[in-house]
Amino acid sequence: MSIEKQDGFAVVYVRLKDGVLDPQGSTIERALDDMGYQGIKQIRSGKIFEITFQKDGGGKPEELIDEICRKLLTNPVIENFNFEIVK
Amino acid sequence: MKFGVIVFPGSNCDYDAFMAIKTVIKQDVDFLWHQDTSLRGCDCIILPGGFSYGDYLRTGAIARFSSIMKKVMDFAQDGGLVVGICNGFQILLEAGLLPGAMLRNTSLRFICRFVHIRPEEQDTPFTNLCRRGQVLKIPIAHTDGNYFIPEDGLRQLKENRQIAFRYCDEGGNVTPKANPNGSLESIAGICNRSRNVLGMMPHPERASEKILGSDDGKYIFESIVNFFNQKK
Repeated sequence: MSIEKQDGFAVVYVRLKDGVLDPQGSTIERALDDMGYQGIKQIRSGKIFEITFQKDGGGKPEELIDEICRKLLTNPVIENFNFEIVK
Repeated sequence: MKFGVIVFPGSNCDYDAFMAIKTVIKQDVDFLWHQDTSLRGCDCIILPGGFSYGDYLRTGAIARFSSIMKKVMDFAQDGGLVVGICNGFQILLEAGLLPGAMLRNTSLRFICRFVHIRPEEQDTPFTNLCRRGQVLKIPIAHTDGNYFIPEDGLRQLKENRQIAFRYCDEGGNVTPKANPNGSLESIAGICNRSRNVLGMMPHPERASEKILGSDDGKYIFESIVNFFNQKK
């Protein structure tokens, strides 16, 4: 499907829940420390998804994006999410 | 007894599992394709190791929506035997057939080597031929094997005796050093509450004959056959 001007656009942010170990974040933290950035206290890694969608598909875009996040984009055991409907 | 090994796009231990079942424990075995909509009368379903769908998004996250998984979920709910090995374990977690989730190994590395594991429960279809305190030498091969479960989930796992295997040293001691990937409580494998679904990160099919370096993996496959025959 080609992307049209009138399409909707949302950005999803996925974060690890508090207390869930983030080996990638800790490794980046240590690298920054080695590079001399001493004021960095914590790095937590996450993911961003940019979603373009047909606006005339029926239903509220908020509900659609929320459903996609819950069903596939995140694992509720370890991750939280929030999103913005940009247009 | 008939086993079914599911082939997902990116499975790479499917043939190892098939061969271990066919030539080592000498049982009937068939491949099942991820798009299949029938389990073709299999008595035990194996979700093999590999990198289904390239491990994209999260390990197992996409394979869990394959058409065959709907059948596997019904089968498991009816008490059917299901074993997820490595990526298969990750798929079972994503499908919600087993509790918890996998995080990246604390070393951030792909680890491929022999480890030792201790069967923690003998009254499961998958470990009934193991002795108490026995140590199995079985290899792991994964990047995301760092098992995590929130506190209340862990409490339930323990209360219901669902921790099937823990990483240990050669002498059977569970120590931080013997934990290869950072798994919570050194967990290497768990079963569901009704004990018919097992997930484990180590690969028993890769340790099914002496020539492979160990044949301890046989205990798991033979336990399954033993359970099945007794039930019959």
